[in-house]
Amino acid sequence: MVAQNIAFGIIAVIMVVGALRVVTVNNVVHAALWLVLVLAGAAAQYILLAAEFVAVTQVLVYIGAVMVLFLFGTMLTRAQLGKEKQLNNPTWYFGIPASLLLLGVMILALTSSFGDEKLPTDSELVSTQAISDQIFGPYLLPFWALSFVLLAAVIGAIVLARKD
Amino acid sequence: MLVNQFLILAAVLFCIGVYGVIARRNAVMVLMSIELILNSVNINFLAFALRNGSVDGHVFALYIIAVAAAEVGVGLALVLLVYRNRKSIALDELSEMKG
Repeated sequence: MVAQNIAFGIIAVIMVVGALRVVTVNNVVHAALWLVLVLAGAAAQYILLAAEFVAVTQVLVYIGAVMVLFLFGTMLTRAQLGKEKQLNNPTWYFGIPASLLLLGVMILALTSSFGDEKLPTDSELVSTQAISDQIFGPYLLPFWALSFVLLAAVIGAIVLARKD
Repeated sequence: MLVNQFLILAAVLFCIGVYGVIARRNAVMVLMSIELILNSVNINFLAFALRNGSVDGHVFALYIIAVAAAEVGVGLALVLLVYRNRKSIALDELSEMKG
């Protein structure tokens, strides 16, 4: 258990630093690359949480597909790829008290409701078979809805982005 | 491992994402901050799935990943369209619908 805690600590520090760089750095491409670090750290945390299938999906979908979309979006919407001064709102400092207040309230609520509760240590990895039994059993209707959402998103993105 | 260490990590990531949504002016950066928020929700779902010993959290995490992919696709198409019409993706300049 100690090894897992050490791994959690290292990955958590990397994730928080990466996330802070995503929202503070003055270069869109660098922000996207820091976001890759955060997403990879999240995949590692999923493995610590015994969710290997979700971790692999995270790597495939987020680090593979979504980051390529972000880099293409950056490339297509900006002439220069270097630093830019105009990435923040003029009133960006209002975000600091808002997010700190939210963080304080959330940490207070979490510590008061979960305290020192431990995760079960004898749990096995959740097998892909168990997940698919859930998706194609009780969650079949949301799965269909999700398929239509993806179809609508693909068609909508093509319709929006094509040139007439 | 405590339950809270994962939940608090997710809370920290969520708040950083909220700060990014408020502070950023570039539309692509706002979409990146939304990705941070969705990832923190996923960490919460998987932590509770392990705590309760159920598979439902995994299913919801997969659905969130799929919806996030669809959201990024449509969002970047919208950003591209705005850029084509305005030559800028600064969100505070999009004020035609202001009353």
